Amino acid sequence: MKKFMTLALAAALAVSALAGCRAQQKGGTVSTDGSTSMEEVIGVLGEAFQEKYSGMTFTYNPTGSGSGIQAVKEGRCDIGLSSRSLKEEEKADGLSETVLANDGIAVIVNPKNEVSDLDIETIAKIYTGEITNWFEVGGNDAEIVVIGREAGSGTRDGFESITGTENACKYRQELTSTGDVITTVSQNPDAIGYASLAAVSDQIKALSVGGVSPSEATVKDGSYVIQRPFVLVTKDDAELSDAAQKFFDFALSDESAPYISQAGAVPVK
Amino acid sequence: MKKQKAFETFIHGIFLILGLITVGCVLLITLYLVVAGIPAIRKIGIWDFLFGKEWASTANEPKFGILPFILTSVYGTAGAILIGVPIGFLTSVYLAKLAPAKIRTIVSGAVSLLAGIPSVVYGLVGMMVLVPGIRSLFHIPDGASLFAAIIVLSIMILPSIVNVSITALEAVPKEYEDASLALGAAPVETYFKVSVPAAKSGIAAAVVLGVGRAIGEAMAVMMVSGNAPNLPELFGSVRFLTTAVASEMSYSSGLQRQALFSIALVLFLFIMLINAALNFFLKRGKE
Repeated sequence: MKKFMTLALAAALAVSALAGCRAQQKGGTVSTDGSTSMEEVIGVLGEAFQEKYSGMTFTYNPTGSGSGIQAVKEGRCDIGLSSRSLKEEEKADGLSETVLANDGIAVIVNPKNEVSDLDIETIAKIYTGEITNWFEVGGNDAEIVVIGREAGSGTRDGFESITGTENACKYRQELTSTGDVITTVSQNPDAIGYASLAAVSDQIKALSVGGVSPSEATVKDGSYVIQRPFVLVTKDDAELSDAAQKFFDFALSDESAPYISQAGAVPVK
Repeated sequence: MKKQKAFETFIHGIFLILGLITVGCVLLITLYLVVAGIPAIRKIGIWDFLFGKEWASTANEPKFGILPFILTSVYGTAGAILIGVPIGFLTSVYLAKLAPAKIRTIVSGAVSLLAGIPSVVYGLVGMMVLVPGIRSLFHIPDGASLFAAIIVLSIMILPSIVNVSITALEAVPKEYEDASLALGAAPVETYFKVSVPAAKSGIAAAVVLGVGRAIGEAMAVMMVSGNAPNLPELFGSVRFLTTAVASEMSYSSGLQRQALFSIALVLFLFIMLINAALNFFLKRGKE
């Protein structure tokens, strides 16, 4: 009996070793580097990718869009991740962009608030403290309570760069999660906040911006302006490795769309 | 016999190792904090770091001044002590000396339960009930403020103050009180003029313990204080030393991250000071 067990064990080991070998042959490494805002999307995609192609190793280095673009330019990673479009000079440097998804940021208020539409300039003025009372934008006579996210948050970075309020926002509260922002806004009738479109619920009211209400459709066709692209950055003159090409194709396929939605972004496909 | 002795030595050795693990942890944490915290302070400059009034860690020209956090932590703790100590102290006098056995069981059970509630629950209740309550009570635009944090903290430090004070009061020899009563003093007079002075070092230790608990709390105050890095105002949004570290750590990088470690170092020094004070009081109580 004991002998048999030993044999069986040895056989199992041998098979697993062989399997390991095969995976090794099939495997490869895809390294990505860049935007922290894309953490969720890329995390979900990476997992799904590794599940589909067993033996592939997927890495993601959250350094920020700028460093990601720099890294792909210097060949330190396969694919760069950027949560903004490439600038002209970056494209001239031999980089090209492929939009993976779009990320909508909803501007939210308490359901009791009578204001339901603001344009982007007004939103910027509210966040920089130029407009401090709801009365000035057609609401009740009440002080506006400006709620935002903590420094370094991808949502904050996205919101501030789209509204042109980088480092100029006068926050009353800086909260550390989307959930906290939504709870706080739902508790305070005079609050305004921002949150990823995917997190919007009945507890709060998402404002339409310049007459366009935020939804997957309006983000997709570009009419909702508080949105930014999630971009895969590649080098023109260097070909992607086999593994990286597989990931690139996978990320842009119809198959990956549900994963992207699951992570809260709007897939391009 | 010899065998038994060897066994004893062996057991002693094991206990020594277990004891050293604790000491090792403390040393490791201290060493790590110092090593991780010093570089940013050197880069920013100790004066600008400790006394800078502006914190803008991700701006193009970042500013790393933590004076607002230090003052907020000091004011917040002082406020919590101001509210929590009288309540906790009088509760403990009542429980130790005056309360009937039945009430005593119920109240001290409730106090122990209060100690066991996780801080995130305090924060949640504060966020859902206290913050909107303060907002409508004081007619201010937003209730998340230093005041809300002080209220939450003063409730959180109650159990440490009550429990330690009770122990100190109960340790007062009964003869002291009997002598006072025999001289014709009323019971309450006896408790406040004899028992409390006799237990004062223990009560002081309770207060210091409360200070330590209040200054080190992060989760609950993060949820009710608003977290904007302003100089403290009673009804303004503020950020504590603890919450400054906790709120920005997850996405931080470079000098910002190093500066967060430096804040942790400052906090650690505060807590060391408080511990030293605690030891001082406890030692004086024994003498």
